[in-house]
Amino acid sequence: MLYQQIASNKRKTIYVMIGFAILVLFIGAAVGYVFYNSAMAGVVMAAVIAAIYMGMMIANSTNVVMGMNHATEVNESSYPELWHIVEDMALVAKIPMPKVYIVDDPSPNAFATGNSPKNAAVAVTTGILSRLNREELEGVIGHEVSHIRNYDIRLSTIALALSSAIAMLVNLGMNSFWWGGGRRRSNDDNDNGGLEIILMLLSLVLVILGPIATTIAQLALSRNREYLADASSVELTRNPLGLINALRKISTSEPMKAADPSSAALYISDPFKKKRSMAHLFDTHPPIEDRIQRLEKM
Amino acid sequence: MTGMLIGLAVIAVIIIAVVVMYNGLIKARTYTEESWSQIDVQLKRRNDLIPNLVNTVKGYATHEKETLSRVVQLRNQLVDQTSNPNPTTDQREKMMETSNQITDSLKSIFALSENYPDLKANQEFTKLMEELTNTENKIAYSRQLFNSSVASYNIKLQSFPSNLIAKMGNFQQVNYLQVPEEETKAPSVSFDK
Repeated sequence: MLYQQIASNKRKTIYVMIGFAILVLFIGAAVGYVFYNSAMAGVVMAAVIAAIYMGMMIANSTNVVMGMNHATEVNESSYPELWHIVEDMALVAKIPMPKVYIVDDPSPNAFATGNSPKNAAVAVTTGILSRLNREELEGVIGHEVSHIRNYDIRLSTIALALSSAIAMLVNLGMNSFWWGGGRRRSNDDNDNGGLEIILMLLSLVLVILGPIATTIAQLALSRNREYLADASSVELTRNPLGLINALRKISTSEPMKAADPSSAALYISDPFKKKRSMAHLFDTHPPIEDRIQRLEKM
Repeated sequence: MTGMLIGLAVIAVIIIAVVVMYNGLIKARTYTEESWSQIDVQLKRRNDLIPNLVNTVKGYATHEKETLSRVVQLRNQLVDQTSNPNPTTDQREKMMETSNQITDSLKSIFALSENYPDLKANQEFTKLMEELTNTENKIAYSRQLFNSSVASYNIKLQSFPSNLIAKMGNFQQVNYLQVPEEETKAPSVSFDK
């Protein structure tokens, strides 16, 4: 079951990459068409930006993600308890010891990132350290270590890189539209207005909906993985109550300040405590009550 | 001619299968030994830490000589038991029994520290407490790891066809470490509550 899940995660990573890559190129074409009057230029720009982001992420995703979330690396002597818990969980999960980071934020939360178990990191907030006891912290770290062992971190890192690339692309286009504007308008006198208007509208729709579509895809990927990581955490700690209590404490706390919006899906629980959207399409995480209910059944 | 080729192919496949299964058994057995040595490392580490703890506590808790000497005695017993590099199953069981008793008496030492505010404020003591909590938890987790690696090894020993190879290679079944009643609920120990 677990091995199948890991294999399917590795396979899905490839599908996600291909799907996202196509979407990036389409959005690039739309941005190019709307803002620079040349779809081809947009495609080239998108390919370059996506390649840079992917390269950056694959080469050192840990540093990038930790930097985006203002996390600093710590060692055994500065945070002995946290370090020892991560060691314990890595031991039972049979993965190498990941790097350990701290985010200076009073809201309790945690996340894991990296490309592979050999090259992974977990981060926790100072808030989680002060509010959770050892058993609860074990449940949380067990959850993060499970993300590492199940290769969820690779999938979410790639998804994060590509959605950041799309956000960057759209921003670039918007900026040149506001600041370098007017280029588009000079062509409006052309005769073939009908087709151009349709293309223009289509492109605008793509530019507006593109980032939303990538977010939805990224979030759907992340939601399903939370249940699995919760279950795996209990498999490691043999103590569902620890994680249940931790989730309760996390859900009743204030939102985070230091978190980066595009890495929200990495956290154990939504760092921004958004109101639940009707269709749950924009939720980064399944409702905490559902997660607790599933844990209680174990 | 073709008959001979088919025969040779069948023999080759059988040989490959035997080699693969044999290696799988060796790997699984090595893994149980490795995970035992994880437990062993932690037991020895705790044995090293206990004298430091006793020395620190002695200065503050003068009325607790009995509790302290009991932990020292148990610790020395465990030192003797861990001196054998290749313990039998019985010896392992005995080691775990002593280890559980040490866990209990450490718990009572940490509990009695509540009565000695100066001791609780001692930095050396808080450091030792975290170190010991850490080894306690690591012992519990490496026991869990040991049992799960024993389980996968024993499954290989019993299931067909690898059980045939196991018989030929004289692979012996490994016993699980029994977990005391209270520990089945939560393996993690926290002294800090």
